[in-house]
Formats: sequence, structure tokens, C-alpha cells
Amino acid sequence: MGELRLMKGNEVIAEAAIRCGCDGYFGYPITPQSEIMETLMDREPWNETGMVVLQAESEIASIHMVHGAAGSGKKVMTSSSSPGISLMAEGISYIAGAELPCLIVNVQRGGPGLGTIQPSQADYFQSTKGGGHGDYRLIVLAPSSVQEMNDFVETGFKLAFKYRNPAMILTDGVIGQMMEKVVLADYIPRVTDEEIDRRHGSWVTNGRKPNRGRNIITSLEMDSLKMEHNNIRLQDKYAKMEEEDVLFEEVQCEDAEYLLVAFGSSARICQKAVDQCREKGIKVGLLRPITLFPFPKKPIAALAKRVKGMLVVEMNAGQMVEDVQLAAGCNIPVKHFGRMGGIIPSPAEVVEALEQKLIGG
Amino acid sequence: MTEEIIIAGFGGQGVLSMGKILAYSGVMANQEVSWFPSYGPEMRGGTANVTVILSDNRISSPVLNEYDTAIILNQQSMDKFEQHVKPGGVLIYDPNGIIHPPKRVDINIYKIEGTLIAAELGNVKTFNMVVLGAYLKAKPVVKMESVEKGLEKSLPARHHYLIPMNLQAVQKGFESLELVQGVS
Repeated sequence: MGELRLMKGNEVIAEAAIRCGCDGYFGYPITPQSEIMETLMDREPWNETGMVVLQAESEIASIHMVHGAAGSGKKVMTSSSSPGISLMAEGISYIAGAELPCLIVNVQRGGPGLGTIQPSQADYFQSTKGGGHGDYRLIVLAPSSVQEMNDFVETGFKLAFKYRNPAMILTDGVIGQMMEKVVLADYIPRVTDEEIDRRHGSWVTNGRKPNRGRNIITSLEMDSLKMEHNNIRLQDKYAKMEEEDVLFEEVQCEDAEYLLVAFGSSARICQKAVDQCREKGIKVGLLRPITLFPFPKKPIAALAKRVKGMLVVEMNAGQMVEDVQLAAGCNIPVKHFGRMGGIIPSPAEVVEALEQKLIGG
Repeated sequence: MTEEIIIAGFGGQGVLSMGKILAYSGVMANQEVSWFPSYGPEMRGGTANVTVILSDNRISSPVLNEYDTAIILNQQSMDKFEQHVKPGGVLIYDPNGIIHPPKRVDINIYKIEGTLIAAELGNVKTFNMVVLGAYLKAKPVVKMESVEKGLEKSLPARHHYLIPMNLQAVQKGFESLELVQGVS
């Protein structure tokens, strides 16, 4: 066990999918995530585990293939980058409405529109607040290393099946394109059809069995009272996620006077900024939300009672900062620093922003 | 030990693969490594650069704004990265195509005639390995055995017959580094 490799984040997503017993990948190429499908095609997992890898004619086709395959109880996924995820938004809303498990990987690039191919975190709102129409949520995991790109494939599938809800790995061009050491997971066999019947017989549409009634998968309900009940059930599920499955990391928060809050690649940059601040004698810590939904409200609220101020660092115009402000309350300043359009902030810029916006201000 | 390096030049010069072989050499020496490339249009002949970090400790940011070492292989990269070498750091450049040589007085500056040497070796594609050798002379961050193992790991088996030629280029680069300016 524990095979050590030097790999790109995107390549690792593909390798982890094969090893965790994924049944199918449906996708369409787009920079900066094309290595995911390229790696899958090179690896030819259909010969090894029986996993299907299919290049669809578009992102819209890909997500609806995922929708159909997820309905059969299979472990299926897709990946894209920002403009491609927008194309998938309708399908994602349908999958959330039909309460089906799947994994969606978004390797973000700068927007809006066709934007740029350089890294960005501007899809935070889209990923955590909906993206498609209707009151739904995705489980959103934000890896900050190539190792977590590996680990979160299996975590994402586990949570998706636990809640029968789409899960998303929200990453960006930095983590997707960079190479780091990674310890690959061991192979898990694909789930057999008999096992799917046993585990998911109450809802899967894999052919009606003599011992059970018809299963119907739909997001449509014309009776508003019943539809409201469906909505309440979804909201209960999201509340349960917030109770049971919040993930976050605290770095040097014990004695921190100021707190940086950042996810994904920005959190890596902030780790260096923390070191640089501490060399200057400024006591800074970092809180890294790992699940962006469910959001780590409680640890932020707790830290808000101890620190003098928070700086939220994101590669966007200020999105997660709104959730941090809600969690922190009004007693301390919560400021934002971001770069946009594919520019990656440097650790020195973060230190400067902290000094100007919080310490000096 | 932490060594933060930027390698920058034209797409096609082997900038990214040089970084990759260096990163693999670090892995072979049991170091923590990160390799972050510029990506996209660079693959089609624009400027290309890669940030490589080798460290005994966990690496924080893979993206940097100052470097221990800059390996500069064209004028555009000189204009962009000379100013981002840490004071007392190292700048290595190939003078071929450089119109404005480096002006900093607070850094160590070295020259490597990589283009010329690769041509003399009879294979211009070994250019990046010549430069890698020169770098390892200035900064012996990994041992030659680790580079050999790194080459084995990063090249597909069908290209392994090229390893001796590449190692020869590394050796030649190692022997050919010229000091331009040294600061203590």
C-alpha cells in the first residue's frame, strides 16, 4: 500500500477515480483540467477495472450522462472548468432535485464568460449557493494539495452516497496543474450489481426486481404541497450535513491575534504569509475551510471571540468573505483581499494587505 | 534546506521538463517538492516558466514572488525575473539571445553557454540538461545519482536509451559554469 508518486493534481483525480472503484467518467475537455480525461484515456481503466470513460459531445451531454448513470446506483463523475460547469448547471440542479449521488470536479479558471485559462476562485458563489436553479446545495470540498486531490475523490463519493446528493471538488488551475508528491490510495473493487441492489434497492432504477415495487427517479412534482415536502426533506439533509460533515484546518491559531481565512490554493499562499508575518513578530493564524458547504461557521465564530480581525484571501472579488462575516458577527473587522482574472496573489501581497487593512487600519 | 527556483525561457527549450527532472531528483533524495508551471499558450511557443521548490520541510506556497535561484534563458524572462531574485541569491543565464545582461549588484551571477555546448554535443535538445548541470554546480541541492534516478523516473521506458547522453550533457554543464559576479 501507499504508492508514492510525483503527479499533477489533475492526473491524480483520474488515478484516484480508477482506484476508488469509480464506475464511469463522462466529460468534455477544457483547460486547465484536460489532463483528467487524458490520464483516464491513457490508463484505459475499462481493461483493468471495467470503468467506463467517455468523451461526450458537450458538457451538457456529460452531466446528463452522469444523471442517468447515477440513477442506476453507480459511482459516476464528471469534471470541467468554470465555463463548462455553467453549461452543466441545469443538469446539476436536476441531479440535486432527483437526490442522486455523483462527483463533479471544477478546476476553476478566471471569468466571467470565457474569461481566461489561468487559475481563479471566482466560482465560490456558484458552487456553494446553488449555481443552477432552485433551493439546493452541493457538498463542496476544496483541496489545497495534490494529496488532497487524491483523498477527496473517495471522500466526495462517500458523502455523495451518504446524502444521495451531488458532491463537488472545487479546485483551480494551481492545484490542477502543479506536481507534488502523493501517496496513492489502494484499489477498492467496483461495487457489484448485487451489492447495489442490497444497498440502494429502495431508489435505484436498474430494472424492477420481483421483490420490490417500481422505483421512479424524477425532480418533477406537480402537487405543490408534495413539492414543499420534497424541499423540506432536502433542507433537513443540508442541516444534517452542517451538523455532521464540516471539515476545516487550523494553522497556528492558538496564539493568533489576526486570522487569515482562505481555501484551496489561496490557503497555501496564506501559509507562507503566516510564516512571513511571524518572522516579523505579528501573530497570525490561518483557518482553512475544507468543506465550503457545509461551511465551518462554528470554528470561525469561536475564533472571532479571540482575534482582533480577520482577512479573507480569495482569488475573486470577495465571495467567501460574506460567509465569514456572517459567522464572525459584527464585533471584529472582517476584510477581504483578492486578485482576479487569473492573477495569483503572492505571499508578500497578503502580508501587505493584512498590515494595511487590519493592523494599520 | 529549502531551495526556491524559477526556470524561465521560451516554450520548447525544455524549461518545464528540466523542472520536472529536478523535482524528480528531489523526490529520489527524499525531499519535499513542488512544481508549478505556467500553462496554456506557452506550450505553443510563448514564454514558459516553472517554479520548483525543494525542501526538507512541508512546502507552503507553490507560488512565489521571490526566489533563491533564477535560471533565465531569454530576454523576456530576464526583464521579468531578475528583480525577483532574493538579495544574495543566484541568477544563472545563457547569454545567447540576451541583449541586456543582468544589472543587479547584490546577487551572485553565473553564465552558462548552454546553446553553444548543446550544439557542440551534437544534440540541441540536451540544452536543458546542460543548464541543469550548470545549476547543480552553483547549487548542489541534489546529488548526481539522484538526477540519474530522476531521469529514469521522469522519462518513459522507451526513451531510457537517451539517459547516458543526457547525463553527459549534465556533466558538461556542471564543468562549464562561469562566475560573472560573486557576492559574499
